[in-house]
Amino acid sequence: MGRSLFEKVWEAHHVGELSNGQTQLLIGTHLIHEVTSPQAFGMLRDLKLSVRYPHRTFATVDHIVPTDVREEPFADKLADAMIKELRRNCAAYGITFFDLGSAQQGIVHVVGPEQGITQPATTIGCGDSHTSTHGAFGAIAIGVGTSQVRDVLATQTIAMNKLKVRRINVDGQLSPGVFAKDVILHIIRVLGVQGGLGYAYEYGGDVIDRFSMEARMTVCNMTIEGGARCGYVNPDETTFGYLKGRPYCPRGGDWDRAVEHWRGMASDANCDYDDVVNIRAEDIGPTVTWGINPGQAIFVDEDVPDPSTMPDEERATAEEALAHMKLKPGEPILGKKVDVAFVGSCTNGRLSDLQEIARFLPGRAVAKGVKAIVVPGSQGVDVLAEELGIADLFRSAGFEWRSAGCSMCLGMNPDKLVGDQMCASSSNRNFKGRQGSPAGRTVLMSPLMVAAAAITGQVSDARDVFGLREPVKA
Amino acid sequence: MALHKITEIAGGGIFIPGDDIDTDRIIPARYMKSLTFDGLGEYAFNDERKDAAGRDRPHPMNEPRFAGARILVSGANFGCGSSREHAPQALYRWGIRAILAVSFAEIFFGNANQIGMPCLCLRRGDAGRLGGEVAAHPDLILKIDIKTLSVVYGDVCVAANLPAAVQRVLLDGRWDPIAELLEKPDQVGAVARRHAYMTS
Repeated sequence: MGRSLFEKVWEAHHVGELSNGQTQLLIGTHLIHEVTSPQAFGMLRDLKLSVRYPHRTFATVDHIVPTDVREEPFADKLADAMIKELRRNCAAYGITFFDLGSAQQGIVHVVGPEQGITQPATTIGCGDSHTSTHGAFGAIAIGVGTSQVRDVLATQTIAMNKLKVRRINVDGQLSPGVFAKDVILHIIRVLGVQGGLGYAYEYGGDVIDRFSMEARMTVCNMTIEGGARCGYVNPDETTFGYLKGRPYCPRGGDWDRAVEHWRGMASDANCDYDDVVNIRAEDIGPTVTWGINPGQAIFVDEDVPDPSTMPDEERATAEEALAHMKLKPGEPILGKKVDVAFVGSCTNGRLSDLQEIARFLPGRAVAKGVKAIVVPGSQGVDVLAEELGIADLFRSAGFEWRSAGCSMCLGMNPDKLVGDQMCASSSNRNFKGRQGSPAGRTVLMSPLMVAAAAITGQVSDARDVFGLREPVKA
Repeated sequence: MALHKITEIAGGGIFIPGDDIDTDRIIPARYMKSLTFDGLGEYAFNDERKDAAGRDRPHPMNEPRFAGARILVSGANFGCGSSREHAPQALYRWGIRAILAVSFAEIFFGNANQIGMPCLCLRRGDAGRLGGEVAAHPDLILKIDIKTLSVVYGDVCVAANLPAAVQRVLLDGRWDPIAELLEKPDQVGAVARRHAYMTS
């Protein structure tokens, strides 16, 4: 019987069994940021421990950085203290830091792949649940807590239970206007926000095979929203093509040997998965959330569901969601007024996300009264978007073009919703209060759908706004 | 690093009803702008406890009769969302020492356990009944026995679930694994050397 990539990578990084039966797992690559690391460094100092492999930890600053005025000291004193603490810790322990002025700064899950630090068949840990993003490269990439950040700094290992593997096949042909974001929102809608507990998700099928690395990252990114700790795609020519020549990737003969190794680590054809789920691409439409968790989603042309028709265990959450979102059962979500449009985040802040929108922007403008902001995922994305004229297209259409960071995905910097504003957002979480205002309302959707909402001032079907409907066949 | 053995957690309960209570609700991100976890207890469930003007809203954590609660009772998928250890840290610093729920999100479960705040699963019916009792009787004392995996309150005893490995580290006082992770640096080094990417 063949083995999955998960099993092969797990075995290759298995240091030993702990006395309670858990695995001591080597975390080969460690990424840190300013929010979940300062306490870990504090714990290290309290325990008089040092950093075991400083060259295997890479840092950047993303959550708290302002996206408009970037000069230090930041107006927010707490944010200013956090960036300085990270800078100090990286200098003290000899850790590579992609600092604000480095041209390599950005959201940690955008920077890792961009720099070629994220590689197939590796284990990656980061004090951030969206670490699952890196699984797009065939890495086992897991979000960890701060005490585990300490564990990785001190030992380069963590204690963990082996996960089961669920293979999710997405086969067929996506319709125009349906993107990776819709695929993962649909998967979470089908399997539920708790469906992935105890599993790693392996994504495959011909839709995933045809996806670019950036689309695969979008899918893997939101794996955690489905309850699975990590998700991955087996490495293939698309993966190698993306990585070749990136700063931290091997070169020359080392590159050839690495590719050969990576190929061998992909799941074998005759794997016996713990579970298999098949999704038909044709069943997926542009998807939006109507509630307060990412599983509460519908196709944009569906009506808001009626909690009274739901199973007992879903009803209370659904009622709470509708009350928060100020939506009524059975009404269309199309046409709901939008106050803010946010394009960015580790889910959809990459160049291809911006390109997909930009090609439709000439001749269109953000609706009056809508605040529309674009926050590139990294300084690298920002520079490319400027060079390609994409940033100007956004600016001309009335979007604010900002600097790289997490921004309004979680409102830890000055970019926040106000009051009960409704935000069309390309981010990953629609939890109550997630975007910085306790009463703020988030509707998750693909970047192109966010653009459609920005231009019309309401939740809209991008296929209609941008003329993407397939011609009706006679 | 000597840790205390966790064999029993006893004390008053507090019921936070609902499924999918996410980490943004447990501790809103804006309170994570800090270099330490100190003082986080004050902001546990802040946006549910306070209105926009900072006034108290009806919430069990605002009720003096639940102020000394040590055991939190909730629904399914408790702690879903982000990996922020700030969430269990905030609850711990508020006074919580164990959580009973229908199920837990994986990262939250591990984070909570690693700081010595065990998370045990109850059957949905049992969790609902216990929650109701806790809400109605703030003086009710709950006893969680980690050895027998049971919860006793009044004359009721219900089964609780905990993976065997977790049960063992609690009973042995090894719920923070750092000491054991530090024990075999040579073995870690040997596995690391097998990987070309680790040496670059």
